[in-house]
This record gives sequence, C-alpha cells and structure tokens, in this order.
Amino acid sequence: MSEPILRLTGVNKSFGPVHVLHDVDFAVWPGEVTALVGDNGAGKSTLVKSVAGIHTADSGLIEFRGKPVTVHSPRDAADLGIEVVYQDLALADNLDIVQNMFLGRERGTPWLLDEASMEQAARETLASLSVRTVKSVRTPVSALSGGQRQTVAIAKAVLWDSNVVLLDEPTAALGVAQTRQVLDLVRRLAEQGIGVVLISHNMADVFEVADRIAVLYLGRMVAEVPTDEVTHSQVVELITAGRSGDLGLARPESAAI
Amino acid sequence: MTTDESTVDTNGVHTIERQSLRTRLLTANTFWIGLVLLGLVIVFSVLAPDAFPTVFTAQTLLIETAVLLVLAVGMTFVIITGGIDLSVGSVLIFAGMVSAKTMEAMSPNGNALNAGWDVILVGLVVAIAGGTAWGFLNGFLIAVAKIPPLIVTLGTLGAALGAASLINNGSDIRTVPTELRNTLGYGTSFGGIPNLVLVAVVITAVAAWLLHTTRFGRHTYAVGSNAEAARRSGIGVTRHLTLVYLLTGLLAGVAGFMSLAYYGSTTISAHATDNLNAIAAVVMGGTSLFGGIGSVLGTVIGVFIPAVLKKGFNIVGVQDFWQMIAVGAVLIAAVWFDQQRRRARNRL
Ligand SMILES: Nc1ncnc2c1ncn2[C@@H]1O[C@H](COP(=O)(O)OP(=O)(O)OP(=O)(O)O)[C@@H](O)[C@H]1O
Ligand SMILES: [Mg+2]
Repeated sequence: MSEPILRLTGVNKSFGPVHVLHDVDFAVWPGEVTALVGDNGAGKSTLVKSVAGIHTADSGLIEFRGKPVTVHSPRDAADLGIEVVYQDLALADNLDIVQNMFLGRERGTPWLLDEASMEQAARETLASLSVRTVKSVRTPVSALSGGQRQTVAIAKAVLWDSNVVLLDEPTAALGVAQTRQVLDLVRRLAEQGIGVVLISHNMADVFEVADRIAVLYLGRMVAEVPTDEVTHSQVVELITAGRSGDLGLARPESAAI
Repeated sequence: MTTDESTVDTNGVHTIERQSLRTRLLTANTFWIGLVLLGLVIVFSVLAPDAFPTVFTAQTLLIETAVLLVLAVGMTFVIITGGIDLSVGSVLIFAGMVSAKTMEAMSPNGNALNAGWDVILVGLVVAIAGGTAWGFLNGFLIAVAKIPPLIVTLGTLGAALGAASLINNGSDIRTVPTELRNTLGYGTSFGGIPNLVLVAVVITAVAAWLLHTTRFGRHTYAVGSNAEAARRSGIGVTRHLTLVYLLTGLLAGVAGFMSLAYYGSTTISAHATDNLNAIAAVVMGGTSLFGGIGSVLGTVIGVFIPAVLKKGFNIVGVQDFWQMIAVGAVLIAAVWFDQQRRRARNRL
C-alpha cells in the first residue's frame, strides 16, 4: 500500500469565534479520487483553502509525501504541485482566457511574455476538455457563461504538472455533456497518478468516480471510507446526521449546534 | 456582437479562433476616443488652415502636454489597479523643490544658475528620489495598512504640498541652472523635436511596454480586475500595489524635474489641478475607474483632447472657458460609454 501524498492531521481552523474545522484528519492518495462531501457550511471549502494556502490552519499538521510542510501562501501550494479549482472560481473578469489560465505563472521572460506559446497551450487544454462553445481564447472571462467560466477554472488547474488537484464543486454550473467531460477528466487525472479531491453534492457523481469518500459534518471528519464499502443512503445519513450505524460519530449529537 | 468567429473544420469539430483585429478595435474604447481626437484635429485644421496645422502649433502643443503626459502615464497604472492618486501634483512640486534646493546648496552663494551637469544630475536623482519616497508612502499606506487610496492620497496631497512649502518658506525657487533650461527645458533634437517632448515620449513608450508586454503589466490588470483571484494565483498583491504607487510617485518626481527645467521655477501654485487633469485624461482614454481595463495609448489620446481643444479654441478665437465645458462633456461621455459597455457585457 502506498502512502498518502497529502495528509492532514488534527487541523483546526476558526474565523474569530466561529470554529469551522475541528481536529480534522484527511488524506489524499496518489492515483485515487477522494470525494469530500458534507452539508452546506460543513467546512469543505475551508479545508480546501487551508491546503491551498489561502487560510492558514490554527493548529494541526500538513504532510506532503510524508514530510511536514507549511503552506502559507498559494505560491507554496503551487510549488508543491497542489492545484485548486475554487468554488467561486476566482477568475479575473477583465482578463481573457489565456491570461487567466497562466495568471501568476506566465510563460516567457518577466519583460516579454510569450503570448503565442501560452495561447497554444490554452487552446490545447481547452480542446482536451472538449470545450466547443468558446469562440476565442482571447475572449475576456466576463463574456463567458457560468459553465464556460467553470471550464476555464478547471483548465487553469489541470494545465500544470501537478501532484494534487482539489476541485471544489467543479460541476455545479455545468450541463450534462460538460459534467461528463469533467468526471472523465477527474478519472484521467487519477490514472496519471495524481491525488484528486472532488467536492460534490451529487451522490451519483461521487459514487461513479470516487475511490474513497470523506464526510465532513459540522467541521468534523466523521468518516473516511472506501467507496465500495458504503451505500448511497449511508453516506447521505453521514452527511445529514454525522453517523450511520457503526460509522461516524460515536454518540448521537445533542441538538445544539 | 453578431459576428460568429467559431468555424467548423472538415471533421465537423469547432476550432477556437483568434479574435479578429477588427472586432478588437471596434470594441475598444480607445478606438472611439481616438476618432474624437482625430475629428477635433480635422475640424480645427479646416477652421484655421493657416494657424492650426503648423509645426509651431504642434511643437507648443506637445511641449505644453509633456509634463501632464508623464503624470497621466503613472496615473494609468494606478487606475488600472482600481485605485486613484490625488497627490501627483503636490509630489511633482515637492520633487522640484527638493531638487532645486539641493542644486542651490551645491552651488556657490546658493545660486545654481551657472551650475554644471554634475549638479544637475544630482538634482535629477534627488527629484526622482523625492517623488519615489511619496509614492512608496502612498503604496505602503494603501497596500499594507489597507487605507482607501482616495483618503491616503488626499492626505499626501496636502502633506507633500505642505512639506514642499516648508523647504523654502512658501516661496518659489527661481535659480534653476541655465544649462538645464537650455537643454531639457527649451532645447530641441533631431531637427526641431523639443527635448522635453522626447523625454515624455520615451517614458510613455517604456510605460506602454511595461504595461502591455511584461509580467508586471499583466499583474497590474489582474490586481485591478480581481485582487482575490490574483492572490490565489500566487501574485503578491500587497507588493504589487506598493510598486504601482511607487512607480507613479517616481514619474511625478521626473515630471517635477521636467517642470523645473521648463518653467525655471518650482511653480508652487501652478499644479493644483494636475491630479484632476491627469485622472480626466486617463479616464477619457478608456481606462476604467473600476479597474482592470485601460491602456497607455488611450491615456496619450486623453491627454491630447483637452490640449487640442484649448489650442484650437484659442486659435479660432473662442473663449477659453468653452474648453473647460467641452472637456467636461467629453469626460462624462467617455465614462458613460464605459458604463454602457459594461452593462452590455454583463447582459451576455
Ligand atoms: N472567511 C470566512 N470568515 C468567516 N467565516 C467563514 C469564512 N469562510 C467560511 N466561513 C464559515 O465557515 C463555515 C464553513 O464554510 P465552508 O465554505 O467551508 O462550507 P462548505 O462546506 O464549503 O459549504 P458549501 O457546500 O455551501 O460550499 C460556514 O459556517 C461559513 O460561514
Ligand atoms: Mg464550499
């Protein structure tokens, strides 16, 4: 059995008085898709941002390939080969598709960017995602539809030789065909040996592509199980109640939140 | 936009094409405001064929806009980041003042009129350093202390002017080296091109290159477009913003030195509206006050529209005051255009 490429142990994160993540343990395995599920506000995006260097965890350990690392900035994450598709996409509206995809990591020298090479790579990546509706890679992102924007955000993350890709609800705005493309892409990334984390509220998608499922409930990791050892309804129960039979929280939670 | 540029190749697969130059031109605000400038030049040339389209008019027009152009070029960067810099005029005066004072101090009897190039070069360095210092202060307070740019630069607008006045007890310094005045101030090169204009052109060209082809320029647009996205893409937003304000201060310092060379005085009272003129020029040139959009070329056009209007009205014999009204109208129209464009885009 290989070791996790990324492992979080005992991660806590608060925003002022709001304690969002409680002693979260979470592992990402190379070549596997880990689905991260949980109700709205469970802390999924916060967990992702803590790994991405957007937030710094208050306490806890992050290990990359078995070695403790500090991820204090998005640059740190990128240096480790961690790519993120954010739930809010985080694209610069006035910049075009190419400029967004290479933002912060432009090709060429600092004094003369290599536009032709970036444009070519952007086209190829979009083509591999079967994007057919975008007229030009020089279209400003503000002129794209919600689904097209989401595809650009995904393309931006898969453009790089990465080790871990975290996708925060990447199919939320996508049509049937595009969702299909993204799910295939998720599998493809894993087959390349990348550790993939997929956040989704769609159980069918989760069960289709995930090798293991991690459930966050009110900021606590209540279960991390191989997909073939749980059923749909068990996962739903874990998401909504934090426990299901032997899985999840030991005792029923009191009603207080 | 009705032109469909996606094409279907022989396999029936859509390919993603380059946007045509025509489409890009027509959607750019710069194109339309450029037409306005061209129209003005043509109208005045027709109205005063003997006086307006002459080498002399062109020379004076260019000289009179050179200093403002340098300020406006710096302002372009700031406005593209979604900020504003009200302090440029005061920083210009401050830079000229410390520069003149230094050159005086280095000359016998405190009279710099006969100073040589060694003294003048020190004066240039001091002017640039003075401007850069205010720019850095602006940048630090805005990017690090996170105080709104309008407030910070309103504060330094007053502070820089106050500091400049303190240096010489509120009066102007008029002993500017004759050598400097004769070369940078009034000299010409390449058969009649004023040196002052050459300097402004070089600075503008370098700024255009910086904004449009370098990583620094790209990040300037990104920060103005979506600072959070820029941050998540690994751009040091705080550092970048600081550098942008520092650059604008630096250019104000250069402008201060140019102004010194041209007027032969520190002209304390002559730059009260420089900041607003620079902002107006930048905005007329199609740079959006909301950030993320703009160009140096647009700013050049925006600087010339008021200048051409003023010169044209003078030559044709229309009262100067009409120029102020006309510039105001163009400015408002340009911003209205910008907003229409945004609305049209958001409807997509
Ligand atoms: N920057 C912030 N400041 C304060 N509170 C925050 C911040 N970000 C998130 N929270 C809080 O943290 C909790 C978890 O939010 P998070 O976005 O991680 O949830 P999520 O699991 O991603 O939910 P969803 O499925 O709706 O995306 C919420 O209660 C939210 O209000
Ligand atoms: Mg979320």
